Amino acid sequence: MRPILLKGHERPLTFLKYNRDGDLLFSCAKDHNPTVWYSHNGDRLGTYRGHNGAVWCCDVSRHTERLITGSADQSANIWDVETGAKLHTFGFESPARAVDFAEGDKLCVISTDPFIGAPSEIHVKRVEKDHSKQSSESLFVIKGPTGRINRAVWGPLNKTIISAGEDCLVRMWDAETGKLIKQSDPDAGHQKVVSSLAKSADGSHFITGSHDKSAKLWDIRTLEVLKTYSTERPVNAAAISPLLDHVVIGGGQDASQVTMSDRRAGKFEAKFFHKIYEEEIGGVKGHFGPINALAFNTDGRSFSSGGEDGYVRIHHFDADYYHIKM
Amino acid sequence: MGPMRWGDAADEDEGIEGVLPPMQVMGPDEKGVKIIIEWRKKEDGSKVKVTTTVRVKKQVKRLNPAVIRRRSLKKFGDAVGQNSSENLTVVSTEEIFLERFRPVGQQGAKQEEKGADLASLGNASLIVCRTCGKKGDHWTSKCPFKELAANRGFNIGGEKPPGDDDMGMSSSSGPGGKASYVPPSMRMGSKGDGESMRKGRDDNSIRVTNLSEDTREQDLQELFRPFGSISRIYVAFDRDTGLSRGFAFINFVNREDAVRAINKLDGYGYDNLILRVEWATPRTDRA
Repeated sequence: MRPILLKGHERPLTFLKYNRDGDLLFSCAKDHNPTVWYSHNGDRLGTYRGHNGAVWCCDVSRHTERLITGSADQSANIWDVETGAKLHTFGFESPARAVDFAEGDKLCVISTDPFIGAPSEIHVKRVEKDHSKQSSESLFVIKGPTGRINRAVWGPLNKTIISAGEDCLVRMWDAETGKLIKQSDPDAGHQKVVSSLAKSADGSHFITGSHDKSAKLWDIRTLEVLKTYSTERPVNAAAISPLLDHVVIGGGQDASQVTMSDRRAGKFEAKFFHKIYEEEIGGVKGHFGPINALAFNTDGRSFSSGGEDGYVRIHHFDADYYHIKM
Repeated sequence: MGPMRWGDAADEDEGIEGVLPPMQVMGPDEKGVKIIIEWRKKEDGSKVKVTTTVRVKKQVKRLNPAVIRRRSLKKFGDAVGQNSSENLTVVSTEEIFLERFRPVGQQGAKQEEKGADLASLGNASLIVCRTCGKKGDHWTSKCPFKELAANRGFNIGGEKPPGDDDMGMSSSSGPGGKASYVPPSMRMGSKGDGESMRKGRDDNSIRVTNLSEDTREQDLQELFRPFGSISRIYVAFDRDTGLSRGFAFINFVNREDAVRAINKLDGYGYDNLILRVEWATPRTDRA
C-alpha cells in the first residue's frame, strides 16, 4: 500500500478520530488547530481555529454535526463540523484532556488534568442541539483518581463512564450519580500509565495501551482483562479493527530518546495483532517518531496513524490484507 | 472461393442453412455467468461456433447521501485560500507493506551454539538480544542491528547499510557527535580486529545472479524469506540507468538456511530467467 501522508500539523499528533460514516478524519495535535481531512484522498477540508494550546482529544457526533475538542488551554470547545465555527466553549481551571460524546449526543464527558494543587476531574455536561441554549454547567463532577485521566469514554447505554489514566487503573463510574462502581484489579491490569483507550465498534469491549509495553482487551461491563498483547516498547495508541479480528497498537521509545538513535531501532511501527490469538501479525513502518495516535476507519479497510513526527499517514489496505492466515 | 458476397448464401447448396444463426446470449445466471454463442463464417465457407463465457461482476460502492453531500463542502479555517492546502497531502512514493511477523521460537532452538552467549544467557529458551532487545528471535551476536548498535555507542557515522534507500534519513551524526573519525575496528561492539564490518557482509552470504531487471528487494525478500531469517539483501543497481544489474547478495542469519536456499533455488526459474544461486565468493576461510 502507498500511504497518504498528511503534513498539516506542525507539532506532534495527539489523537485521531474517524466520523461514523468514515469519510472524514479528525486530527488533533500539539499545535492549536484540530484539522479535518477527507479520508479517501487526504484532502484537507478545514481547520478549527480558536484553541490556544495543545489539543489532546476530540470526538464527533453521530451524524457528523458537532465536534468537541479538549485542549491544554483549559477549555473544551464544541464546533460546527462543516463550517469550523466555534459554537461553545467550556472553561475549566485546568487543561482538558479527554472528551467523548455519549450515545445520542445529548451528554458529553470531559476529563481535566491535575493542576496547581487541584486534582483531576471528570465533568459530565449536557449538550444542547440548539447551541444558543448551551450552558457550561456540569451535571456532576467526579473526583478521586490521582494523576491525569488520559481517556474517559461512555459505557453501554450511557449507563457508565470508563476512565483510565496515570494511576494505571481502569475505572467504571455510574453515569447518573458519578459513584465509582468498579475498578480494575491492579494485578491483572496495567503496571504503568494507561495512555490510550478505544472501544470496539459495537462497544462491548475496549482496548487500552500502556507504557508498561502492553495493550489489553477488556470487557466493558465487567472490567475483566480478556487478552493481553505484549510488545517491546511503550504503547501510546491502540485501536480495534471493526472488520477483522485484528488490533493495531503503536508506540515507540520516549520522545526525548528519539534523536539519540536510528529510526529503525526506535520501532516506530504500527503493530498488528490477532485479537483472539494474541499473536503478532505484522508491522507497518513509516513514521520517524513514536506513534501517538491510531484509528481504524469505520469500514475497517483503512487505518491512519499519527506520530510524534507531525505526520498523519492514512493506509488503505492492499487486497492481501483481507486474506492473512494465522 | 473469394470473400462472401451478398446473395451468395442463396446460391449455395445448403440453401437456407447457409444463413448464420443469430447470436445467442444466455444468462447472466445467479452466479453472474453469461454465455454468448456467436456464429462466424470463415473465408473458406466453413462455419465456426464461438462460445464466450463471461462472468459479470457488479462492483457497488455505496456512499451515504451525507457523505456525498460532504464531498462538496466549502473549505474553512486554514484550508481556505489559494494553494493553502498544496503539498500538505502527499501520496507516499514508497511502497509500504504489512511486514509479516515470524512467530517466536520457530527456529530459536536450533541456533548454532556459541559458548559466550550460552554462558551469559544460561537458559537456551530465554534468548534476548542485548543489541535490539528482541526476545527469542536471535542471539546478540547475530543481531541484524549490530552495526547500528555500534553507531549508537559513539554517534559516529558508520557505513550506511545498503538497501537503506528510503527518505534519506541518515543514520549517523547524532547530537554532539565527536569530530574525529573512529575506525570501525575501534567502535563499540567491535572485536577490535576489524572483523565486525566484514563479518556482517560475509556471513552466510549468497550471491544470486541472472535476475531480471525489475527484481526488487521486496521480491527477493518474498523469494528467500521462507528459508529463514535474512539479515541483509542487497540488489545491485546501475548508477546511471537505475536499472538492476541482475545480481544480488543475500545474507542469512543461519548458515543452514543459506544452504537450503542454495540447494532449492539454484536453477530455479524466476521471471522467465534461470536463477543462479551460490555462495558469495570473497571468503578465504570457507571450508
